[in-house]
Amino acid sequence: MWVFCFPVLAHSEEAWDRVQKTGELRWGGDAAGGAPYVFPDADQPDNLIGFEIDLVEALAKKLGVQAKFVSVQWDQLVPALLRDDFDAVFNGLEVTQDRLAAIDFSIPYYFFSEQITVRAENNAIRTFNDLHGKKVGTLSATLAHKILEDDGNITAVGYPSPVEAYRDLEIGRLDAVFMDVPIAAFYAAGNPKLKNLSDLAGEGIYAAGVRKDSPQLKMKINEALIQLIQSGELKEIYLKWNMWNEKQDKLADPKQWDVKRAHEKNPVMKFSKLLLLGAGMTLILSFLSMAIAVIVGSAICAGKLYGNFFVRAVCNVYVEVVRGTPLLIQLYLLYYGLPNLGIQLPAFAAAVLGLGFNYAAYEAEIYRAGLLSLPKGQEEAARSLGMTGWQAHRFVLVPQAVRTILPPSTNDFIALFKDTSLVSIITVMELTRAYTTAATTTYRFLELGLATAALYFLMSFPLSLWSRRMENQKHASVH
Amino acid sequence: MLPYIKIKNLGKSYGKNEIIRDLSLDINSGEVIVFKGPSGIGKSTLLRSLTYLEPFQKGSIEVGKYVLNANLDRRKERETIRAVRTQLGFVFQFFNLFPHLTVIENLTLAPIQVLRKSKEEALEDAQKLLKKVGLEEKANFHPEQLSGGQRQRVGIARALAMKPKAILFDEPTSSLDPEMKGEIVRAMSDLASEGMTMLIVTHEPAVVEGIASRIVSFGAGLEVLSDTAR
Repeated sequence: MWVFCFPVLAHSEEAWDRVQKTGELRWGGDAAGGAPYVFPDADQPDNLIGFEIDLVEALAKKLGVQAKFVSVQWDQLVPALLRDDFDAVFNGLEVTQDRLAAIDFSIPYYFFSEQITVRAENNAIRTFNDLHGKKVGTLSATLAHKILEDDGNITAVGYPSPVEAYRDLEIGRLDAVFMDVPIAAFYAAGNPKLKNLSDLAGEGIYAAGVRKDSPQLKMKINEALIQLIQSGELKEIYLKWNMWNEKQDKLADPKQWDVKRAHEKNPVMKFSKLLLLGAGMTLILSFLSMAIAVIVGSAICAGKLYGNFFVRAVCNVYVEVVRGTPLLIQLYLLYYGLPNLGIQLPAFAAAVLGLGFNYAAYEAEIYRAGLLSLPKGQEEAARSLGMTGWQAHRFVLVPQAVRTILPPSTNDFIALFKDTSLVSIITVMELTRAYTTAATTTYRFLELGLATAALYFLMSFPLSLWSRRMENQKHASVH
Repeated sequence: MLPYIKIKNLGKSYGKNEIIRDLSLDINSGEVIVFKGPSGIGKSTLLRSLTYLEPFQKGSIEVGKYVLNANLDRRKERETIRAVRTQLGFVFQFFNLFPHLTVIENLTLAPIQVLRKSKEEALEDAQKLLKKVGLEEKANFHPEQLSGGQRQRVGIARALAMKPKAILFDEPTSSLDPEMKGEIVRAMSDLASEGMTMLIVTHEPAVVEGIASRIVSFGAGLEVLSDTAR
């Protein structure tokens, strides 16, 4: 019981001891990370398949234990390993200096390169250098992402999973996709609209990640891997998944087994700059989408209050549908769904429109409540003085309603401000995305997290102050 | 002389509830007419119908050369309605001053926006009117800083700022303390002596009878029970 009460102590237990005791090797991967690593079987979605499933099954057999898969979002694999959610990671985890600082790696089980994929008709891009000045998609927080960013002349666009990236390449949002060979082999090789270039870039190693306090487990995994390599079982797995190439001959060469030599030069990105750029993007997104929310919200409010039957019905349906569905789904539909109808929005436009039109529904309701809360005598007095409906609103009703509207509306703006973090799923590099990118590369979740939270706060706090001041200016004149 | 306001066979109901049943009444320029009768029989509704704050279903109302017919199309007739409203000032029981504006701004807003007066001219007129109702020192106050009687005097000044041909008073003293009723009646009396046409709805006629030139007493359905000149 002691052990369970104090999770810290659990770490001091050698993982191998527990694997033996329980007869279970818990291993981590991202079931939604894509093929051919670990992914749901199309025919039987609850059944996971992939070359790493085969690999770990074979490895566990050698160790005389059962393999137990634990799914975690890919960029959270290392933190989850450190938290002891599982004993080892087998999920195309590239050996990098940053990761070596946090965890240990087994010997390599695969040598990969980065594959450049372009549209079939594109003959302008032939080598890595041709990517300069181009928009190139890749998976967030991968080595490929880093190679693109470190180059400095390439606009790297990070995606949560491969499908969206290849799709955006197909429809022209991207000039190229840059991903590990196994991914490109699986997703792009069979697609007639795309072609994989023969010029491969970079080279990296997939190895199993283990905690530094588990040297014995690491040794056992290494022994088992060597057996799989020497018996040819590993090669069979790769042949089955169409991943075998001459590079894998190196697996049998003990000189290649010291993974610490890998990627000596791994320039640390300027994370402070990344965070500041992200903060700037967050700010721009917030203001633009709030402007849209205010304008569209006012129009919807006017439609609901003064429109004819048809206009009122349309506005009501809009508000209910928008409020009744998650913003995340709306963003997804706008960015990834609309191209099916031939409408292709750039990521930034989709983000601003998605946020703006979503919050417009909430703004409309706030404005409506604000106007309805005014005493009826106010409009009657204005009308009795001969004012038109517009004049009555412009000079009498709206200025009074603004004071009621301002606090909830500012709350909405602060909420919107934080909701901008959602647009990272449609590849916009805003502050939260910048944070996850920085943190998953350095594993400094705490320091960077606090810095990011501070940035958000520094940006939203003046808003709260401003709204309070406006509220206090009770006698603001309309002239 | 032709009557200034002609009410012809006016009929008004809320659903099945008939408020005004076939009312006809002529009002001449310069008359100070008090409409009296029990609370809630529809006297205020009559005033509100005159400026079309309330639509009506039967008959017509003529104000000068403008005609408002039953069941008119508000959109098509909006210019007529506005013209009638600029001719008939309205003073409300609960003042309905604009709380976000100062006293002087309450007076100048409509003249500037509706009558298209210059700001200077509107200010000058407004100051004269404030002086007239004895509130020139309160020009830059907000309504909430005034007493009820002061607010109602601002209400009267605001109506006068539009240079109306007549003023409709809807229970002008009913929401005031007794000592404040006096100051409103004095202001109204001054107006009456200047020859302003005034229509006063009240359920406490004793307060204003002194300034009336004609008293109309209503019964249910706004039936005219008596109509006496004084």
